[in-house]
Amino acid sequence: MALYTPDRSQYPAALPDGSLEFDLASGKYLKLWQGPQHPGITGNMSLELTVCGDEIVHARTHVGYLHRGFEKLMERRTFIQCFPIVCRICVPEPDFNEYCYAQAVEELAGIEAPERARWIRTLILEMGRINSYMMYLGGQAGSLGQAVIGQWTTYGRDLMLDRFEELTGARIYHMFILPGGVRDGLPDGFETRMEETLREIERIMADVEDVMFHNAVFKTRTVGQGIIRPEWIEDYGVTGPNARAAGVVKDVRKDQPYLVYPELDFEPVSGTDSDVFTRADVRRRDVHVSIDLVRQILARMPKDGPLMAKVPNVLHWKIPKGETYVRGECSRGEYGYYLVTDGSGYPRRVNVRGPSYTHAMALLEKMIVGVNIADVAGLMVSLHTYPPEIER
Amino acid sequence: MSLKDVLSPFTAWKYVFRDPVTIENPLRDRPGAARYRGFHKNDPELCIGCGTCETICQNGAIDMVPAPGRDPRQGDSALRPRIDYGRCCWCALCVDVCMTKSLSMSNEYIWVDRDPDAFRFTPGIDSKRWDSAELGYHRPEHHRLVPEHRPHMGELEPEERIGSFAEIVDGYTVEQARAEADRCVSCGLCIATCPAHMDIPNYIAAIRDGDYRHGLELLYRTNPFSEICGRVCTHKCETVCAAGHTGEPVAIRWLKRHIVDQVPYEQYRDVLAPPAPATGRTVAVVGAGPAGLTAAFDLARLGHAVTVYEALDKPGGMTRWGIPEYRLPYDIIDRDVDVIRSMGVDLRCGQRIGGDVTLGQLRDGHDAVVLALGLQMGRATRIPGSDHPDVRKAVDLLRQATAGEDFGTPQQAVVIGGGNVAMDIARTLARLQKQAFGTVRVTVTALEDFAHFLADPDEIKESFEEGVVILDARGPQAVVIEDGEVAGLKTWKVKSIFDEQGRFAPSYDETDEMIHPGSMVVEAIGQMTDTALLGEDLTEKLAWNRGRLQVDAKGRTSEPWLWAAGDMVRGPDVVSAVADGHRVAAGIHAALTGKEDQA
Ligand code: SF4
Ligand code: SF4
Repeated sequence: MALYTPDRSQYPAALPDGSLEFDLASGKYLKLWQGPQHPGITGNMSLELTVCGDEIVHARTHVGYLHRGFEKLMERRTFIQCFPIVCRICVPEPDFNEYCYAQAVEELAGIEAPERARWIRTLILEMGRINSYMMYLGGQAGSLGQAVIGQWTTYGRDLMLDRFEELTGARIYHMFILPGGVRDGLPDGFETRMEETLREIERIMADVEDVMFHNAVFKTRTVGQGIIRPEWIEDYGVTGPNARAAGVVKDVRKDQPYLVYPELDFEPVSGTDSDVFTRADVRRRDVHVSIDLVRQILARMPKDGPLMAKVPNVLHWKIPKGETYVRGECSRGEYGYYLVTDGSGYPRRVNVRGPSYTHAMALLEKMIVGVNIADVAGLMVSLHTYPPEIER
Repeated sequence: MSLKDVLSPFTAWKYVFRDPVTIENPLRDRPGAARYRGFHKNDPELCIGCGTCETICQNGAIDMVPAPGRDPRQGDSALRPRIDYGRCCWCALCVDVCMTKSLSMSNEYIWVDRDPDAFRFTPGIDSKRWDSAELGYHRPEHHRLVPEHRPHMGELEPEERIGSFAEIVDGYTVEQARAEADRCVSCGLCIATCPAHMDIPNYIAAIRDGDYRHGLELLYRTNPFSEICGRVCTHKCETVCAAGHTGEPVAIRWLKRHIVDQVPYEQYRDVLAPPAPATGRTVAVVGAGPAGLTAAFDLARLGHAVTVYEALDKPGGMTRWGIPEYRLPYDIIDRDVDVIRSMGVDLRCGQRIGGDVTLGQLRDGHDAVVLALGLQMGRATRIPGSDHPDVRKAVDLLRQATAGEDFGTPQQAVVIGGGNVAMDIARTLARLQKQAFGTVRVTVTALEDFAHFLADPDEIKESFEEGVVILDARGPQAVVIEDGEVAGLKTWKVKSIFDEQGRFAPSYDETDEMIHPGSMVVEAIGQMTDTALLGEDLTEKLAWNRGRLQVDAKGRTSEPWLWAAGDMVRGPDVVSAVADGHRVAAGIHAALTGKEDQA
């Protein structure tokens, strides 16, 4: 099969400081903006590409199109008032914000969510992970021209949103995990309907495997593409499937266990080749792990018991001076909330660590050099990044 | 890459033969889930307009607006939440925090309108098609963002307290008080209901902040009897407390007591600003009860020279002579009165007006005179046998008990009445009996049934615990007299108390007769004021209203120099007397400084 080979003779010389010198007037180089509204861009960010022929010789990422100032907003909101806004920080997988924020507040306030609430929180996080991966799979296939996968996974995600809706009262922004516990228990018959949904998703995943992964075109365009070298993992702070596909098995659920993960039986999925294909495959297999976890949780969680710890009157809830960092393994890697309190009724500082910040900016800029323009979108999607959590 | 990789993608063609999974008309066919957080609903009858929903909404999506056709009343501001869907994020915190559970959400989520303003509406007032939706988010019973229970307050066990007149409740510890203060949502509905309009939410906030001096300062702004009110106030505020709708009302009275308990008494005077420079005007106050002393306190702080004349030998009025010590220790009264005195009020006890000094003399010697008499005379049932010397009035016995006089504690007594005074005398007699004979034998017979009892529920509960027998719906018919001695009380079962027009006209079931044995019968059916000090001429000249002295909104009688306040014009209630004291002081100050129009 004839693959594209770049013409290295056209490359710019590196200056002593390592940066490149482009003489745009020479006509050899072209500036090309991809995004912020380019369909191959995940969310609203943009790539300033310098191309030489079809090849990217330099890239700069531009973010900020989605900056809503959440961290600052939270400094002017009471602890309970922050609860409804945190989910908006990351749209496709909002529940980590709810969990990390609630857990951080609980830690500093010295309260503990009841057992049953901890199971329900875990359930919600795994449901969210499945959904996030489904969205990713559609995007990954779509970025390489295969639109049908997105239609199937969107259907599967929709079914899971139905479960979210009946459990939490909302489809996208669940606003269900709040400091102290969760709002409510499982609705009657939830387990049965969840099982039907999981079976349907498994069926979709089988089709996805057949059509997307056992696919000569997909393989041609992804195998060996966009490699993250294992030695970059630490340097760039790479986490989640991006790291695991490089053979570096990092998973907060195992490494710093939280909620009820220590009681659940699972092994983090990993790969060795660290290319676009392997990352997609790690995520595909991770969907099955999450499906299994949801089943385990539903079978083993306590059926009754309190759902909320005793919280003081939330209207004037003051939290003693302190700071904490709470993390969790979201579908894209380590998600974390750093919360500082000063004894007042408002957070002194909240910092949200979304894995996309590291993956979509510095890492992408490094990886993209030498890539064909047509593969930029696929490469970018393979890092599975969500700009809303970059800019908060 | 294998042959499979080339062929496998073609399996996608099987979808050609599948039924579509999309819903044909999702706008019509897809109702929201049972818990769906859709459009808001509010039950305007249940809602009290407390505005807690508005406070919690982090989007400023709620405004409290006047609801057409509603007037503010006690415990209801007549405002209702209006929601702006241009701002709402559907978090349902408003539903979670709603103090009455009136606010909820439907499972409706489709609303099409060309007018953007349409999406700002008052649920429950502006009728919407989802008003009757059964599904949708309602706060689950267990899910509380505001704690519903009071912390437990320590109190003497019944066996312990019946043996003495020691104060029953311990008061809150700092920790308990903070927990209780935490439950307040600062809606302020209580302020309107408190007769003295005390700044309740803010002094409760002072407890949360541990700033007791500020708390005390706030108390004194509206009530110089906070020590007393902190113990025996009728706490009308608590009956309208928003927290009381789905939990226990905030213990406002005990919190007030907590503030005064926390500030060392020596520091009181530092907290209060000194009185204004002297104006040279003088005011006489007759009666050193809460109304008279409040008026004296205010007027003295405004710089007027105030003299208070009290007939009995100690100040406090009915709070001292009518309320038993186990509810209100006497040194508490002394503390409140001392602060008032320290403002320069000249308090003269044992000086009965109408004897050596007449009202006329007071009028001639002062720029204004305030009458602030209590209800010291008990009303009589006038049933056969009630003129026997062992048929006594509760107020008289309570006064004697305070003075430490021996009125001959009966081995067995019957009390007529169902209000707090009946409970006071019953429990006082019970204590005296316990001390004298070791057993309690007091029967209370009340006209009302328990569902409509007049006394506080706490009083009833504690009376029972102390061994007092309370019989409801019993109407007194005659005092049973045997060999010239009181032997008991005959009662009939009450069928109804009021007639169809709502007038007092009890009807009885004569077949249900009971004799309650006892060597003393105590009447506790109401009190009135002894107005003999007015003298015939003045009584004749003054305007009266159903046996009470008539006053205008500022407390002035029909004689311009004479003002009146307290129980004698308002009926019995400490905090109403305080409120009246303020009112009359403001009226007099305006009159004396020629700013009457502004008062
Ligand atoms: S649902 Fe949330 S955002 Fe909407 S009005 Fe209620 S508190 Fe405000
Ligand atoms: S919190 Fe409830 S009761 Fe209070 S104003 Fe809002 S809707 Fe009405």
